[in-house]
Amino acid sequence: MIAEVGHFALFLALAMAFIGAVFPSIGLARRDGFLSHLAGPAVLAQFVFVLIAFLALLYGYVVSDFSILAVANNSHTMKPMIYKVSGVWGNHEGSLLLWALVLTGFSSAVALFAHNLPHSFKARVLSVQSGIAFGFLAFTLFTSNPFARLDPAPLEGSGLNPLLQDPGLAFHPPVLYVGYVGFSIAFSFAIAALIEGRITAAWARWVRPWTLVAWIFLTSGIALGSWWAYYELGWGGWWFWDPVENASFMPWLAGTALVHSVIVVEKREALKAWTVLLAILTFSLSLLGTFLVRSGVLTSVHAFAVDPARGVFILAFLFIVVGGSLTLFAIRGGSLKPGGFFAPISREGALIFNNLFLVTALATVFFGTLYPLFIDAIFGEKLSVGPPYYNLTFVPLMVPVVAAMAIGPLMPWKRADLEGILGRLKFMALIALAAAFGIWAYVGDGSLFALLGLLMGLWLAGGVLFDIAQKARMGKMKASGSLHRLASQPRSQWGMWLAHFGVAVAIFGITASEAWTSERLAIMTLGSSQEVAGYEFTLDKVWPVAGPNYSAVRARFQVSKNGEPVASLEPEQRIYNSPTRQTTEAGIRTLALGDLYAVIGDASPAGGWSVRLYFKPLVAWLWGGAFLMMLGGLMSLSDRRLRIVVARKKALAPSSVAAE
Amino acid sequence: MSKGSLNPMRRRKRQRIIVVLTAMGLLGIAVGLILVALQENIVFFIAPSEIAERQIESGQRFRLGGLVEAGSLEQQPNDPTIHFRITDLEASVPVQYRGLLPDLFREGEGVVAEGRLTAEGIFEADSILAKHDENYMPKEVIESLKKSGRWQPQEERPKDEDS
Repeated sequence: MIAEVGHFALFLALAMAFIGAVFPSIGLARRDGFLSHLAGPAVLAQFVFVLIAFLALLYGYVVSDFSILAVANNSHTMKPMIYKVSGVWGNHEGSLLLWALVLTGFSSAVALFAHNLPHSFKARVLSVQSGIAFGFLAFTLFTSNPFARLDPAPLEGSGLNPLLQDPGLAFHPPVLYVGYVGFSIAFSFAIAALIEGRITAAWARWVRPWTLVAWIFLTSGIALGSWWAYYELGWGGWWFWDPVENASFMPWLAGTALVHSVIVVEKREALKAWTVLLAILTFSLSLLGTFLVRSGVLTSVHAFAVDPARGVFILAFLFIVVGGSLTLFAIRGGSLKPGGFFAPISREGALIFNNLFLVTALATVFFGTLYPLFIDAIFGEKLSVGPPYYNLTFVPLMVPVVAAMAIGPLMPWKRADLEGILGRLKFMALIALAAAFGIWAYVGDGSLFALLGLLMGLWLAGGVLFDIAQKARMGKMKASGSLHRLASQPRSQWGMWLAHFGVAVAIFGITASEAWTSERLAIMTLGSSQEVAGYEFTLDKVWPVAGPNYSAVRARFQVSKNGEPVASLEPEQRIYNSPTRQTTEAGIRTLALGDLYAVIGDASPAGGWSVRLYFKPLVAWLWGGAFLMMLGGLMSLSDRRLRIVVARKKALAPSSVAAE
Repeated sequence: MSKGSLNPMRRRKRQRIIVVLTAMGLLGIAVGLILVALQENIVFFIAPSEIAERQIESGQRFRLGGLVEAGSLEQQPNDPTIHFRITDLEASVPVQYRGLLPDLFREGEGVVAEGRLTAEGIFEADSILAKHDENYMPKEVIESLKKSGRWQPQEERPKDEDS
């Protein structure tokens, strides 16, 4: 019964999406106030109905109602409650419902909180949002109904893939989706701006917070995913350039470019057409990511669905969204009047540089991800493009981006003196160079890649610190005065420093863990020891453990250095009951200089167990860096209230030319 | 760099030309990088029976996919190297791998290994991929089994609901 309520609510949401997409546009064309005012209520109604549907499905999972096909396929009575709940979105049908829920949630937030938008503009934004919701709801209802019944209902469900039964992965999809779907707002604003033929600094002030929210969530979603891969897959790797990972990385790259180019529109009213194009690109890539992961064209842990009808639907949807918006751009893009002159060497120029490189790097990832699919479709030849490809294409293109990240923020708007800035950075550059060489030589055994990574990280970190010191006039006035100056910097300034510093920290983590990981593979008996990077791992104990829905073999390693105990690691090998599958839980301890990482494998025929032991230097910095980036985004976002007030004032003035 | 004397229209045009030229240059660089990287770094997926027919030389990197031959898994005492055979039910290839087997590895199940053939015809894998969907079977393996006509659909799990 409850499932039918959910199913029916989903149909009502679809109807509301249709009303919300079509009627406001008619209303605006005919100057019919009643029709154009329908946009807001229609969006709110969609959210309420999708929420009802979502709760109905959630209820089905919580009470283990196996007469619902999706529940029977993905849940099990023995599963801990958290994974019953996360099972809702741990599969194709439920994840689409989550997509729709987040999407309509975002639309409702615009309807409720964006009071200062001009009426016609808001109606257009909401009608575009409704159009997207219509596509997704239709897709859900007609190809992937989460409420399909199963008759007779089985007594027990088949359970959730045990690899996905993990706290990290329970929250990975929702977080990622908020990121993906959040970019729909930037997209709808861009389409509305194209239809109205006008973009102002106020437009950028509206778009920027939404884009930042999406970016923060996407960043944390990707970070969560890579962290999960690191501790759950048991290979000690955190990024495999797998198409599924690239699917979320591509919108992140485009979104990062967008977060930067919106600033130029806001401050200088330049780069309007480019920013609109980026907004379209970012959301299109979010859709493409959904398509790649959800249509089953890729084979990977994430590809839950294997059904060509769904693929064709998403492809058609993608075609309409991308083709339609690009056509609109071609027709109307010229009407966006560029403003703000600037010299090539300027803050604007630096941001264009950043955008061009980011988008080019994105293009290489795009190509590497789709090329194998393309070759497979045309020639039927199976091939794969692995990390060496990305090391040769993506990495070289990111080097100039990072190099410029230290310089760009020092440049003033309109026109900058590059020689002067480089002159001021000379001292810092020398320190970075010397330190990079010093560390590289001291640690030894590093590749040139490692040297480059150290140099880039130090250069960027140095650049950020240099900028902070300059803004604080450190050394030119009393310390208290400097601190006061720092405290009075705008939050968005602090946001940028934090985020850029986070990139530097992540670069250290990537470089050190890639270049200097020590690994040992061995068969160990109880009481025997193995040495990895100066740490002595002793296999202390191996014993069986029973979990709620699995049984496991747990091992204890005592780790010591120079005779001093350092840590005790307890990796597990689990065997889940339903479905029967084996998973690895690595034993990890993060130390100041790196992670100790142990995995226990199968018992060896002659006694003992195969084990894999690692020391991974600075690998935790990677997630620390990602955390700083998110924090930077949040900091920047907290400037928002101020920004909206300013936007309101400017929106009232007819000619809203930024005069900053 | 100051060109303050130019009028706005010309400045804008100049600005645009610089950006477009930079973008074109970058795109050229990207295409170059992609071409070089592709030449060296694409890895083909090959079934055991295709090794002879495609004249794979030793040392060439590729992915070998098929089923883990039942009863072929072997390990010497105190040596973490693992030996097994990958078969597509037409031909089978001996594989050796130093490492922990991934969680989804099992005799009779699908597997994809990446590595090189040694001069003795042993496939030396440096990674065993655990890229399985919920039916335990890598897509490539299913297709190569279908190609060799040995695919048995009843191996699919009954929960395949999407019909």
